[in-house]
Amino acid sequence: MTSKTTLKFMLAAGALSVGMSHGALAQDTVKIGSVLSATGPASFLGEPEDKTLRMYVDKINAAGGVAGKKIELVIYDDGGDANKARTFATRLVEDDKVVAMVGGSTTGTTMAMIPVFEDAKIPFISLAGAIEVIDPVRKFVFKTPHTDKMACEKIFEDLKKRNLTKIGLISGTDGFGASMRAQCVKVAPNYGMEIVADENYGPRDSDMTAQLTKIKNTAGLQAVVNPGFGQGPAIVTRNYAQLGMSNVPFYQSHGVASKSFIDLAGAAAEGVRLPAAALLVGDKLPESDPQKKVVTEYKQAYESATKQPVSTFGGHAYDGLFILVEAMKRANSTDSAKIRDEIEKTKGFVGTGGIVNMSATDHLGLDLSAFRMLEIKGGDWNLVASGS
Amino acid sequence: MGALLNQRFMTLAVLAVVIAVLPLVFPSSYYFRVASLVWVSALAAIGLNILMGQAGQVSLGHAAFFGIGAYAVAIGPTHLGIPPWAAILVGAVLSAVLAYLVGRPILRLKGHYLAIATLGLGVLIALVISTESGWTGGPDGMPVERLTLFGWRVSGSNTWYWVTGALLLIGTWIALNLDETPTGRAFRALHDSEVAAQVVGVDVARFKLQAFVIAAVYASIAGSALAFMNGFINPDQAGFLHSVELVTIVVLGGLGSIVGSIVGAAVLVTLPQALTIFHEYEHLLLGLIIIVSMIFMRNGIVPSLSGLFLRRARS
Repeated sequence: MTSKTTLKFMLAAGALSVGMSHGALAQDTVKIGSVLSATGPASFLGEPEDKTLRMYVDKINAAGGVAGKKIELVIYDDGGDANKARTFATRLVEDDKVVAMVGGSTTGTTMAMIPVFEDAKIPFISLAGAIEVIDPVRKFVFKTPHTDKMACEKIFEDLKKRNLTKIGLISGTDGFGASMRAQCVKVAPNYGMEIVADENYGPRDSDMTAQLTKIKNTAGLQAVVNPGFGQGPAIVTRNYAQLGMSNVPFYQSHGVASKSFIDLAGAAAEGVRLPAAALLVGDKLPESDPQKKVVTEYKQAYESATKQPVSTFGGHAYDGLFILVEAMKRANSTDSAKIRDEIEKTKGFVGTGGIVNMSATDHLGLDLSAFRMLEIKGGDWNLVASGS
Repeated sequence: MGALLNQRFMTLAVLAVVIAVLPLVFPSSYYFRVASLVWVSALAAIGLNILMGQAGQVSLGHAAFFGIGAYAVAIGPTHLGIPPWAAILVGAVLSAVLAYLVGRPILRLKGHYLAIATLGLGVLIALVISTESGWTGGPDGMPVERLTLFGWRVSGSNTWYWVTGALLLIGTWIALNLDETPTGRAFRALHDSEVAAQVVGVDVARFKLQAFVIAAVYASIAGSALAFMNGFINPDQAGFLHSVELVTIVVLGGLGSIVGSIVGAAVLVTLPQALTIFHEYEHLLLGLIIIVSMIFMRNGIVPSLSGLFLRRARS
């Protein structure tokens, strides 16, 4: 194909897709919007979310749609840019006239879009991690992923069981690390934790032995927690082993809950504990676990459709979509206000992230049971039996 | 001189008419939002164009001043109790002072060295903004209180369209006038040949510094406007990629052409919106369009096209 014909082909394809989106404007469809960071630095979040939403909307439509209508999914890619996300949010509300929104891959893009949906009174289920999305509670904003505060609490709960109370923190200065560190410092007194060392590192640093040495030499240190994200925690883990600190219990966060962390950290990851969603250990869950069915089905569907390993981020999109779809079914309506009321009444929804029970004061609806404490053994995740 | 005045007046008049007429064809507030973004980007780009196009100095860290303006209106009212409108001025003054202090040493550098120094300045400021989370909310950003003027709460895409449009008109008017003052002519002299300018008695260091300060103030005010418009700000706006975007707007539209900066902003802001129908080819096409226009319109869109029309008209 010459470049000219390629261009013509692409123009034609574009024209066709414009035509199709106009053709689908008929009364028998309902529009759900999404703005995701499918490209750019946060694409590891947005890409699985994008694939999950498209895959399940097709499935729902094949099964007859919702409330008597087919779903038309409108997805825009913000490239991780909060300003662009804001513009696309305006576009979804003003131009596409969506009835609800599932999206917002990062806390930054979500926070930028919240005013648009609050003003337009359209329900917005966010896929971002930080607690400020739902605290304070905003009438039209919900979210599905666990908060960093819950991760801290889960870690501290485990530390308390092991009678360890003097901890060192080493956190990344990126959004994830900084936000989780702040939450850990805040909830530490509730669990009787004393933070005896508090160090940080830049997200692109390649060596953290200086900070770790300082933590190692802190008197009375009993455990170390690493709120961090991306490759930083893998380097911290390697340095941790290099400094011979393996006798001090080491906790990572849910931010490293992907196989690539174990690959990057190698043997140094042995014995590291972290809180993570059930999705990561679906096949290791006991049959009696209420989430077993949902997580194994989602994992299988995602992996067979995309040929890529499942990630918890796609799971958040799955949860968001089905919380919305079930609310639409209960409301038997495509009216935004009625859908919002039904989302808030979500009770006992079994998702990949946990059992969701929302209320007027809780727009997340997860408790600490949503997190499982894992330990890395033999290069794989293992459930830590409760009580040990 | 009369003709020149006329040309300046015509440019302003056309811009005012475009701003006034566009809303008549806009089907929804979304279009107001996109147009407001064009006006804001154009305002920042015009300032940068005074530095790059007129005075011939490069800045790869210009988003830092944009960020200072944006965070001034976020931090001022939230943490310090400064009224929102006054925070705009605080941001502009801060940017001007910083540009003055930093500009003195770094504008002695030339070419690549100046580019690296401004790049460093930009990275430093972005770093401070994303690290001082107690003040700035860190990498996740912070909310911005709504702007109130004499009891009038400025909010909504349609309102901001007019506010940013007015700001752009004022910015354009000042830039067009500046071009015709002794300062503007000194900038041109600097641009063409620094040695020659020095020989004829232009105080090179002083005029470079002036251009840098003016450009910083433009960016700062544009940043404040965007922060108010979004009601939210995060460090990306002060980051390196945004600096590159501003430079791209200036170069794409045409170095030294005020109208070019507006056209460049229009292209760079609206193209990604228009290209969403191509889904995964979006970024590919955006890159392709920019490459092709730079190959065929080397002096930028506006100077190349107006040159073409002039040649046509003569022949």
